[in-house]
Amino acid sequence: MSRLGPMFEDLKEKRAALIAYETGFFPDLETSESVGLAMLDAGADVLEIGIPFSDPVMDGPVIQASSHAALEAGATPAGVLGMVSRLRRKTDKPLLAMTYYNLVYRYGLERFAADATAAGLDALVVPDLPAEEMDPLREACIPAGLDTVAFVSPTTEPSRIEEASAAASGFLYCVALLGPTGERDSVSNELPGFLERVREHSDLPLAVGLGISSARQCAEVGRLADGVIVGSALVRMLAEGRDPESLVAEMASALGGQT
Amino acid sequence: MSTERIETGTRGARRGYYGGFGGRFVPEPLIAALDELEREYRSAMADAGFRARLDGLLADYAGRPTPLYYAEGMSRELGGARVYLKREDLCHTGSHKINNTLGQCLLASFMGKRRIIAETGAGQHGVACATAAALLGQECVVYMGEVDIARQASNVFRMELLGCEVRPVVSGSRTLKDAINEAMRDWVTNVRTTHYCLGSVVGPHPFPEIVRELQSVIGREALEQCTAREGRLPDALVACVGGGSNSMGLFHPFIGRGPRLVGVEAGGIGSGHGEHGSSLGLGDPGVLHGALSYLLQDDVGQVTETHSVSAGLDYPGVGPEHSWLKENGLATYVSVSDDKALDAAGFLARTEGIIPALESAHAIAYAMAEAPRIGADEVMVVCLSGRGDKDIETLKERL
Ligand SMILES: Cc1ncc(COP(=O)(O)O)c(C=O)c1O
Repeated sequence: MSRLGPMFEDLKEKRAALIAYETGFFPDLETSESVGLAMLDAGADVLEIGIPFSDPVMDGPVIQASSHAALEAGATPAGVLGMVSRLRRKTDKPLLAMTYYNLVYRYGLERFAADATAAGLDALVVPDLPAEEMDPLREACIPAGLDTVAFVSPTTEPSRIEEASAAASGFLYCVALLGPTGERDSVSNELPGFLERVREHSDLPLAVGLGISSARQCAEVGRLADGVIVGSALVRMLAEGRDPESLVAEMASALGGQT
Repeated sequence: MSTERIETGTRGARRGYYGGFGGRFVPEPLIAALDELEREYRSAMADAGFRARLDGLLADYAGRPTPLYYAEGMSRELGGARVYLKREDLCHTGSHKINNTLGQCLLASFMGKRRIIAETGAGQHGVACATAAALLGQECVVYMGEVDIARQASNVFRMELLGCEVRPVVSGSRTLKDAINEAMRDWVTNVRTTHYCLGSVVGPHPFPEIVRELQSVIGREALEQCTAREGRLPDALVACVGGGSNSMGLFHPFIGRGPRLVGVEAGGIGSGHGEHGSSLGLGDPGVLHGALSYLLQDDVGQVTETHSVSAGLDYPGVGPEHSWLKENGLATYVSVSDDKALDAAGFLARTEGIIPALESAHAIAYAMAEAPRIGADEVMVVCLSGRGDKDIETLKERL
């Protein structure tokens, strides 16, 4: 059973959840494992771990570079699942994996779902899998109790929001603005209207990602959404040899969570 | 599988699938753009004014129909089948790529989009795209891997001369696949104002269908020309396969009608990872650039690097409809090595006075091996997809 549903239920009337991203095996296996734990300790509610792919079309330069380095450091899907299972012994918070479809397809959908659940993973986020292509993966994940997150964006028509909502479980990943991952200076002024539109057509928790890089932006988005996803800003700190957990702590307190 | 389904690009209940191949494996922000593209494409194709404009440009600007040339010297020297060359090398800009870019850029105008982006490997698609954009007054940005920029310098200059911005891609293997990744990232960002002019029958639905339809002019002309000249259909059709557009364009009107269809992939320098570009011959099904199709990948699904002496065949994927043709035995796919392709380029230059693009030389090499084995009563049509001017430096070094 995924830990996402109970977590969002628990936070519902209190505050938005902080979802912190890191690329598995970046800069190496050991560091990414300890940084993941440190971010959870610093106040992240969920850890999202990227399983690096050779051709990450949805990612901007920062996460692309981290994926490339992680592959050089020996990252494989099985290796990242191993990392998940070790983290699972140390935390009860939800753990997500973000990856591209070919890696899951090649692994075998059922086998991946089974191994991921056994490792203690709660959900899969696959950015190149739109709702209409999700059936095979979802059918493999449901019996394993693994959530499949779907994406909606400002260009998504209302009928498709419903389709995505039906295909998804856990939460809807709301792409805050058009473009690959990367830090942006300001939160799109389209965001409130966009989230309102999504809420009209979905009962799932809504988490907003792409471009969020500061505690101030977190607070702003946290007032509108059920979850805030932070990626590139944290990966960049790690790439620069700094500790991302300090930013995680700031963001968590901006959201009104643990400090 | 009925031919009607082949025409619509949809097989079974799932839109955009060729058997189990194809689909739309793209980030959600692009779905609305793909829907819009499909809608506008269908209405453009049903619009007599649009078709007349496109046909006019293909005739007066691109130089169609291209000849179906009986290569007598080559056929005599080989001593077997009568070999015909479909002369796409005589198209404006020097390859078949212009058939697709005129259609797509005109479609972009029809859709009210003034910014065109494209990827390019050899630079032929980039040049063809920059040309069509210049003609139609559109802004054009072409993504090109650094490695390809170095080996296709003259095409980079041609694009710039045409008013196009060439953006170097430094990620991954710095070749065609990375240029497509970068173009897709641009498209995700600027999807409301920009048309992505994909250069082959690859990518998410509806691209494989649109590019096939725009390139099918090659096969339709060849069918008519061969019938007029020989009084019948050819026995074999041969074309090189990178993403698969010149081959699909040649094959399509002949599918299921008798002729053997042979696609020739890059055999490179060996059969190990990184030594070739034979996606159909040596790959496995996988998802790259928005479609499920044969793919060169490692055990866990990372896309592997490829190699070919010809930049246009240096690509780990292939159009989904080719995967379907292969799976159903409707076409066969073979590989030709770098060396054999280089030899074939020299051979065609000597016997016919035609210097082929190194991509097309792969198809010539297959014809050289195969024609002597079959009788003079057989007719073989080879797609000469482009001319070799861009490859002169490589030919100089290697021959
Ligand atoms: C002359 C020529 N032929 C063939 C190709 C391969 O593309 P496709 O397989 O889509 O025809 C290219 C690609 O750049 C090319 O320039």
